[in-house]
Amino acid sequence: MSPKTLYDKIWDAHLAHEADDGTCLLYIDRHLVHEVTSPQAFEGLRMTGRKVRAPEKTIAVPDHNVPTTLDRADATTMTEDSRIQVNALDTNAKEFGIHYYPVSDVRQGIVHIVGPEQGWTLPGMTVVCGDSHTATHGAFGSLAHGIGTSEVEHVLATQTLIQKKSKNMKVEITGKLALGVTAKDITMAVIGKTGTAGGTGFVIEYCGEAIRELSMEGRMTVCNMAIEGGARAGLIAPDEKTFEYCMGRPHAPKGAQWEAALTWWKTLFSDEDAHWDEILVIKAEDIAPLVTWGTSPEDVLPITSLVPSADSFTGGKVEAAQRALDYMGLKAGQPLSEVEIDTVFIGSCTNGRIEDLRAAAEILKGKKVKDGIRAMIVPGSGLVRAQAEEEGLADIFKDAGFEWRLAGCSMCLAMNPDQLAPGERCAATSNRNFEGRQGRGGRTHLMSPGMAAAAAITGKLTDVREMM
Amino acid sequence: MEKFNTLTGIAAPMPLINIDTDMIIPKQFLKTIKRSGLGVNLFDEMRYDDDRNEIPTFVLNQDAYRDAQIIIAGHNFGCGSSREHAPWAIADFGITCVIAPSFADIFHSNCFKNGILPIALPQEQIDVLMKDAEKGANARMTVDIEEQTVTTSDGEVFKFEVDAFKKHCLMQGLDDIGLTMEKAASIDTFEAAAQTQRPWV
Repeated sequence: MSPKTLYDKIWDAHLAHEADDGTCLLYIDRHLVHEVTSPQAFEGLRMTGRKVRAPEKTIAVPDHNVPTTLDRADATTMTEDSRIQVNALDTNAKEFGIHYYPVSDVRQGIVHIVGPEQGWTLPGMTVVCGDSHTATHGAFGSLAHGIGTSEVEHVLATQTLIQKKSKNMKVEITGKLALGVTAKDITMAVIGKTGTAGGTGFVIEYCGEAIRELSMEGRMTVCNMAIEGGARAGLIAPDEKTFEYCMGRPHAPKGAQWEAALTWWKTLFSDEDAHWDEILVIKAEDIAPLVTWGTSPEDVLPITSLVPSADSFTGGKVEAAQRALDYMGLKAGQPLSEVEIDTVFIGSCTNGRIEDLRAAAEILKGKKVKDGIRAMIVPGSGLVRAQAEEEGLADIFKDAGFEWRLAGCSMCLAMNPDQLAPGERCAATSNRNFEGRQGRGGRTHLMSPGMAAAAAITGKLTDVREMM
Repeated sequence: MEKFNTLTGIAAPMPLINIDTDMIIPKQFLKTIKRSGLGVNLFDEMRYDDDRNEIPTFVLNQDAYRDAQIIIAGHNFGCGSSREHAPWAIADFGITCVIAPSFADIFHSNCFKNGILPIALPQEQIDVLMKDAEKGANARMTVDIEEQTVTTSDGEVFKFEVDAFKKHCLMQGLDDIGLTMEKAASIDTFEAAAQTQRPWV
């Protein structure tokens, strides 16, 4: 048999039909659904009299719109249109009989955190969701990517997706990470190298010592931002850490089925002489704690750098960089470590897991948020929140002056009450620094949880290594 | 879905790279449970000021481009989120073709589901089309999907590639779900085999 990549193996195991022109029907094992990109899809089913083909493989949770303040049970904290959207999900979940975690359920949270936490996401699966950060689930060695609403409807109706195969890209991170450098810095460093379009048309497999050393939480952070590099999906081959994470989760297999699953999962790796269309190698030791300076996730620099000038770029990027500098209110040559911030946001499907909160707590322990800085920590799920409380992290955050919120997407995309005001500058652990992403006119700097915590203490972008 | 036929229309020049889905349709407009009506909010934050007045410098606010049916843009158009609200807003405005050096993957696929033809052409050809588009309302481009050509107002012709299956669906206005359901037997067979091989799924 010809050698295969991990992507090839998962693809082959899910190919339900292939037409002569190479158009394929890929069978979908898990379909995750949230309130923003699904109402039109369910409506489409209703209008055509179609059913959900595999409701037992379909899991819904509201996350984008839900307020994260402690008073969210009070309906007035939500705008009318947000409430309509969440109510529509409630109705659709009941009517079509799919698994559902309502806002009132302690397991509710960001769909990409709930899926793995509940054991819905397992190695070798195909996972889709009407959300580009579905790439997160690739950390388990499952082929996971975002889809549009028409495709959501297609998967609901047929449990398949019309696809053409992507190309294979290997991203190897060799060696060990230095102190203060995290999974977030790895994934940002990769985007800094490839650009936001470098991964278009590819499925990326991340490998190498630095990736193997990461926890499952860290691996999810890496895969989460594969889409920011343009790749539909990011993958990491499952190993003992993966199996250990999955074991005992509510929807993971048990007993003989667990053993059978494990046997197959252990075959899920790229064969040694598999073909790669593109290979990128980065030395872990060359990665420093990073921040973004512009309005594209590719605008990354080490925290020790100066803000670049637009003419240091070429082609269309010159104009884009100038536009970004103007939008961000930055001047070329200004040290990034002197940029003052107004707000700190720790959370999101990128960095809203327990390990992220531990990293922030490590920096915040016994410290105070600088006067005048608005700082919030939004756990990725109700269970992450409960665990952080049990571990005493919540007390550290509250003592430091952080708001300790309920689970949701929160300020990552500002579809809920958590938003930046025009001109407000935010140190954020989320995934996109686009214009207006966190609120019209808001200025976003992406970074790791430790870096965001450090920024909360000093009131400016800060090298986390100075606090370790 | 409407059938995509030969299109002759005004092209709006947007010489910006990485036009992302938050620019195309900001998140506050994602709270709809309908597909229609988003055209008025297309490029909302670039198009209107805080008091909801039009920003005159923005291309689609200029008289020459109000009826544009084509956008010419920089590389990586549609990057960011998977929100289909982006192509819904574009189509609702009346634009059915976007021409750029490259597109983000999910956006590209979403276009075809909504009667929009995304055309990728090399940067040099985009430069020519951008100049042509800058001439305004009197310069109309023609996009011929059958022949896979874009013709400038000066008669210069560029050939483009499009996936044969997607082209067919776009030209016939076909519903993907209906097509897939015709293959239900293959899905049933696959599902039964998978159930034996991977019963834990």
